[in-house]
Amino acid sequence: MTRRLGIIGLEIWLPVALVIVWWAATRDGDSPFFPPLSEIWESFRENWLFERVGSDLVPSVLLFVEGLAIAVVLGIALGLVLGLWPLGRRATAPTIDFLRSIPAPALISVMIIVLGFGQSMKVAAIAFASLFPVLLNTIDGVRGVDTVQTDMATVYRLRRSDRIFRVVLPAASPQIFAGLRVSLAVALAVLVFSEMLAGTDGLGFFILYSQETYQIPAMWSGIIMLGLLGYVVNLIFVVAERRIMRWHRGWRATARDAGGAS
Amino acid sequence: MTNELEVRGLAKTYGSGPNAVHAIGDLTFDVRQGEFLCIVGPSGCGKTTLLKCLSGLLRPSAGSAALEGKPIDGPPDALALVFQDYNRSLLPWMSIARNVALPLLAQGVGKAERRARATEALESVGLHDVGDLYPWQLSGGMQQRAAIARALAYRPRLLLMDEPFASVDAQTRSDLEDLVLDVHARLGITVVFVTHDIDESVYLADRIVVLTHRPTRTAEIVDVTLPRPRDQIRTKEMPEFAQLRGHVVRLIRAQRLGGEQSAPPALAAAEA
Repeated sequence: MTRRLGIIGLEIWLPVALVIVWWAATRDGDSPFFPPLSEIWESFRENWLFERVGSDLVPSVLLFVEGLAIAVVLGIALGLVLGLWPLGRRATAPTIDFLRSIPAPALISVMIIVLGFGQSMKVAAIAFASLFPVLLNTIDGVRGVDTVQTDMATVYRLRRSDRIFRVVLPAASPQIFAGLRVSLAVALAVLVFSEMLAGTDGLGFFILYSQETYQIPAMWSGIIMLGLLGYVVNLIFVVAERRIMRWHRGWRATARDAGGAS
Repeated sequence: MTNELEVRGLAKTYGSGPNAVHAIGDLTFDVRQGEFLCIVGPSGCGKTTLLKCLSGLLRPSAGSAALEGKPIDGPPDALALVFQDYNRSLLPWMSIARNVALPLLAQGVGKAERRARATEALESVGLHDVGDLYPWQLSGGMQQRAAIARALAYRPRLLLMDEPFASVDAQTRSDLEDLVLDVHARLGITVVFVTHDIDESVYLADRIVVLTHRPTRTAEIVDVTLPRPRDQIRTKEMPEFAQLRGHVVRLIRAQRLGGEQSAPPALAAAEA
């Protein structure tokens, strides 16, 4: 119990210290851009507890989840096919490399032309930008499956579906998760950007609108809300990864021991 | 006695032209039904290539291998393979029981029976109550037992083993050798056991196929007439064990010397 408290203390001291420093530095309220923390808190309470949760937070979260879900499903499916199919990989590699080198914000302008200013444009932008980390990592993960494992699957005549879902994808899952982690960050960034560029609601819109109308404490409250959202998303990801990839940590730990001993 | 496996003029060449690697030159031998056959040879002699051809993972460049009269052109359903690297062939994301039951999925065995057959196979290799553990939670010897259990649950008529005990300690190794002998005696399945350990081959086998250097041919097929059941101490104390061991060592050493001088003398001898 004391150990647990100690760990919590170790993790929480810096945020607490930062809040105190922020609070102390902005107490006088002499800068219009850095209003006193108490004002920001006041604005945060007005907006996010829970006045705008339904109107601005939920739409953003939905966009994020939709865009990311499309990217993950498409990225894993496409990555699996290309990972298993060298010819297909060769035929698409230059295109994929080109597309993924275009910064997502540049593509938003194209998507606005094609899809308009609505939600589908934002979903498409998020999905497109966050597709590549999952896709490329899935390709690599699938290509890197241990040949002993695939030989085993062949010798024991596993059906194609068992081979894919019980051997290839689990073997590639550590890398898929690594890609997913990057995709999360990309999706969040594109979400905010698309909302700022073409929004009528959502966190990004709220932050930019508050700034443009000189509601600086509200702008800050939106930024803090966004930070909290990112933090929670990452937390969910980490917890899920720990559960799903429990075997990986155990296996890696023993592999390391064996490697060290021999 | 009928033949379980017939290997006729089998050859395997990787690549072509001047860069071609002739892994297997020309191999012919039979494996009789219910027999325990060991394959030994100098290191790098294409033992693994041979096993891959027998298990249908590789197509031979020439000649053929036939299991129960049917040419092997893909993994046969009557055949199971135990890999050398148990920590790579057992899937680390599945419990031991699921690993053992995995091949039964392809055979369309129902869930309850899969579970039952996995438990039965695990018990037959001396593993109790480990079904819910992951492979990496077990010692190396227990992992290889689990890999053997996976092969047995598949109920093969031919069991191929690729240097299965090369990476376990000496004590575990003799335990596992006795386990395989016991399984062979109890189930009456045909075993083809590849090893680089000559003592092991003499201790286990009914016959030993001694291979030459690359491109691999059969140097000699040695009959092992040691009585069964074998015993780690008594069998290895027999003068006949020492003689056989010496004979196989000489055969392999001759290969090595022949290989180092120049290939032709050894090859000529094998062809003659």
